[in-house]
Parts: sequence; structure tokens; C-alpha cells
Amino acid sequence: MKYETVIGLEIHAELATETKIFCGCTTRFGGEENTHCCPVCLGMPGVLPVLNRKVVEYAVKAGLATNCKINRFSKLDRKNYFYPDLPKAYQISQYDLPLCKEGYLEIKGDFGSKRIGITRIHIEEDAGKLLHDAEDGSTLVDYNRGGVPLIEIVSEPDMRSAEEARLYAEKIKSILEYTGVSDCRMQEGSLRFDVNLSVRPEGSSGLGTRTEIKNLNSFRALVNAIENESARQVKVLESGGEVVQETRKWDDVTGKNTSLRSKEEAHDYRYFPDPDLVPVVLDEEYIDRIKRELPELPDVRSRRYVEEWGLPEYDAGVITASLPLASFFEECVKEYGGDPKAVSNWVMGELMRMLNEKGIEADGIPFPATHLAGLLRLVDDGTISGSAAKRVFTEMFETGEQPKVLVERLGLSQISDEKVLTEVIKRVMDKNPKSVEDYRSGATKAMGFLVGQTMKETRGKANPALVNKILKQLLDE
Amino acid sequence: MITKKDVEYVAALARLEFSEDEKEELTKTLGDILEYAKKLSDVDTSSVQPTAHILPVNNVFREDRVEPSLGRDRVLENAPDKSKGCFRVPRVI
Repeated sequence: MKYETVIGLEIHAELATETKIFCGCTTRFGGEENTHCCPVCLGMPGVLPVLNRKVVEYAVKAGLATNCKINRFSKLDRKNYFYPDLPKAYQISQYDLPLCKEGYLEIKGDFGSKRIGITRIHIEEDAGKLLHDAEDGSTLVDYNRGGVPLIEIVSEPDMRSAEEARLYAEKIKSILEYTGVSDCRMQEGSLRFDVNLSVRPEGSSGLGTRTEIKNLNSFRALVNAIENESARQVKVLESGGEVVQETRKWDDVTGKNTSLRSKEEAHDYRYFPDPDLVPVVLDEEYIDRIKRELPELPDVRSRRYVEEWGLPEYDAGVITASLPLASFFEECVKEYGGDPKAVSNWVMGELMRMLNEKGIEADGIPFPATHLAGLLRLVDDGTISGSAAKRVFTEMFETGEQPKVLVERLGLSQISDEKVLTEVIKRVMDKNPKSVEDYRSGATKAMGFLVGQTMKETRGKANPALVNKILKQLLDE
Repeated sequence: MITKKDVEYVAALARLEFSEDEKEELTKTLGDILEYAKKLSDVDTSSVQPTAHILPVNNVFREDRVEPSLGRDRVLENAPDKSKGCFRVPRVI
């Protein structure tokens, strides 16, 4: 029997605020343990949490950028459970009246274009960090992250493969980056995925029993976990077993996927409205203002690159997926003034290759866009050859220096002086009378040899187009 | 009426431990309380919005400005157990 995988994603994104959701502690990543805490985020008795204005703004922005409806009346609720990453034994979240609901996104792939529904986006506080390996037999708790504002973006179970889930997650990431809602630093855990997954016989419309895999923090882990869990469920069903509804854990290092806890035993969150926090009521004027502040989103920008700049759709999609990469590209195109496709070739080729090789994100490109524009101009005006430009690029990536300076230092300047080249070529012809003879008696292939000798003579620095032109003139005389 | 099972379930959620006698007692008294509160269900509330908050106040916000935190020594001052700048609890995984 053939099976189909049904996937829904819950994406947690830390918001780009300066302070926590209910107190003035900093959200900065990486401080000493328990130094970004106060009575409010430690859940001391008698304290009063007050909602950070910016959190509402960012969540509404994320909602509008993903085609959501904004609830005019929204409230905060307590989600009760005991786990030491929560000092209060409840998490402040939103239950039945989230800020945003009923949105969607388009994803594009080999399968064409597909709409993925977004059920809701709500705000909540992040939990603290548990350190299990610091000491034998105990767990240490660091509450710096406790109370950092999150949005949780819940999708409909609309995805059918790991590929679709990845495309959707990447789209969410780039929208959050474009809108400035989250910095999406995955290595710092500011974007995390929970996967809800079930399988069913292809063609059937009911849903199978689903499992949840929590806390995946890279696209690679997302894809691997989905493929692994999907295969596991099919195997269970094919051997006559039943899938148990439960939470599972994905270990990125071992590639293993293990049961964490059965969903029935502990999941009664007893949500109720938090009496410490008053409702959030938004009016049209507020929502319109946020709408006006939305920047150009990745899809729109991608279309502009295709329609106005003639980029292939694939290039435009890759470049616009990352805001820093798109900004770099755009600045370079403006500075360069030539064909945007030439810039795109460099960005998609050498630049992305180097970034991948060094494991650097696009916000860490070690030279300004003006340098790449300068390099392209040096190729255009014949100062250096295409292959020399690649060497300059590599060096530029290492040192961040100006391309002109590097061309000088590496001695890559092309010889484009006709007088100088004519002299060299005459010398080459004198040394190789046989080849000259061959050419003139019809064996035009001999010209290739003479070009080669000229390049050798100039240690590769002769402008090849010019060499061809001059050599042909002299031979045909 | 509720059963002893309900009492055990709620007790487990609240991390409370009761003797058999206490469970019997609670099944009765907790049951009485719930019966009493059930009277509220007699009122027709089909046209009433659920109360989100008892105060007629909305939109209380703070500005996104950093305030000093407490300092680690004070953060950990009340902790029953601590180590390496962290709260220490029995191993949970």
C-alpha cells in the first residue's frame, strides 16, 4: 500500500524586542546564567506582569504579513503544567482568542504552487533553559530565557512532504526577517519547529493518529525528523501495529527518534484567563498603521526582480529568501549599473559557494556590496579576465579589501594595451614560423597554438579578445 | 457526583498526595462544592460573552525599555538549592 504523510507545523519565533514580554529584563542572548531575571519573570508571588507594547505590534505585523485576520479583542491565558523550566508552574499564553487567525502562505516548488493555511498566531512567554548534563542526578535551571516574547505560528495540516514543510518554514523565516519581527538566529534557538505528523493510505481523506516532534532548530533537522518519523509510522502500520499519539524527540546527532511521553498522561493544561493581565483591544486605525508599515515582502520583491530586472524565477527566489542577501544583491545592482543577471550570477555562484563553504550567513558577508560592483566593472572594462576575477573574489572574501587593490597586489591586471600586445605577438610569430606558415596555407587551427604561446609569454595576463583580434590581423596581412 | 478517580486525577495534576481516607472525604466534600456551583448552570448565558476580565480596563502596556535586572545573588537568594549560578532541581529527564 502507498502512504501519504500529513504534516502541520508549529513555529516558535523569539521576537526582536529589547525586553521581555512582561518585564524590563533584557532579551539579549548569551548572558551569564540567571542575570537577566527579576521578580516578575521569576514568578515571585505578588508581582504584576505588564504586557510589552512592542510584542503586540510585532505579532500583528507577522499576522498581516501572512494574510491573517486580526482579532479586535484578544486576551492572555494561563497554561498550567509542572516543569522546572517554568518558575510559575504556568506559562502565560493565549488560548481561545489569539491575536491573529486564518491566514495562509504560498509555497513554490517542483510541484508548482501551493497554499498552506495558517490556523493562528498567538503570543506567549518563552521558558527557561534546563541543563541536564552539568551535574549528575540533578538538573540546573537558567531563567534568562524565561519570559522572552514568542509568537507561535500554527499551520493547518496542509503539507504532504518534508520538502513542502521545509519550503513553508523557510518562507516563514524570510517573512519574519523582512518584517523585522524576529532576527531568526537559528543557532541561538530563536526559531524552533514542532512537527505534527500522521500517515494515511494514499487517496483516503481521514487522518491517522498523529505524533508530535518537538524543538527542531534547523531546516536539516526538520527534514530529517519528518522523513524518519514518516517511515517509522508506515512501518508500524505495515506490521499490523497502531501509531500511539505521543510526543517524540529527535536527536540530530544520532539521527534517532524516540518516545518522550505519552500525550494522554499529562496534557490537561486547564487554561483560564490570566487575571493579572487585561484584554488587548485593537482598532482599525492601529491595524491600518501596522499595515502601512509593512515592508516589501519576499514574494513581491522576487516578482520585481523577475519582471523589472529579468532575473530567472529560480535566482529571484533564492536571493529574496534571505533579506540580508537580497539587500546585498540590490545594493550591488544599483552600484554596478550593468545587467542585474551578471550580479545574480556572482551572488548565486561564487558568493553562495563561499558562504556555504565557510558556514557564514548572508548577514556576515565580509565585504560591502560596492566591492562586488567594483569587481564586475573591472571585468567589464577589460582590466582583468573572468578567471582572474574569481581569484580576486576569493581573496576579497578573505581580506575584505578593495578589488582594485587586490588586482594590483596579485598582479592580475590584464594587458589591454594594443601596442604592447602587438609587440609580444610579433615576437611569438617570429619564434614560430612553422605555425604562421601552416595558418597561411589554410590550417587555421594553428592560430590556437599561437594564442596559447602569447598567453604563456604574458603569463596569462593578455586580454584574450584583443590577442585574437591582433593576431588575426597580423596573420591575414 | 464525582468519583474517587476524579479526585485522584485532580490531585495528580496539582502534585498532591492523599491517603485513602482523605480521598474518600474529598470525593464527598469536593463533590458537594461542585454540586453547589452547578446552580450557576441553571442561568441561561447563551447570549452572554464570556468574561475575559473582571475590570472594565483594556490595553495596559509597558514601553519596550530595558530596566535593571535583579542580580544573580538576589535571584538565587531564596532558592532551596543552587549550583554554578543556577537553580538546582532533581533531574527531570
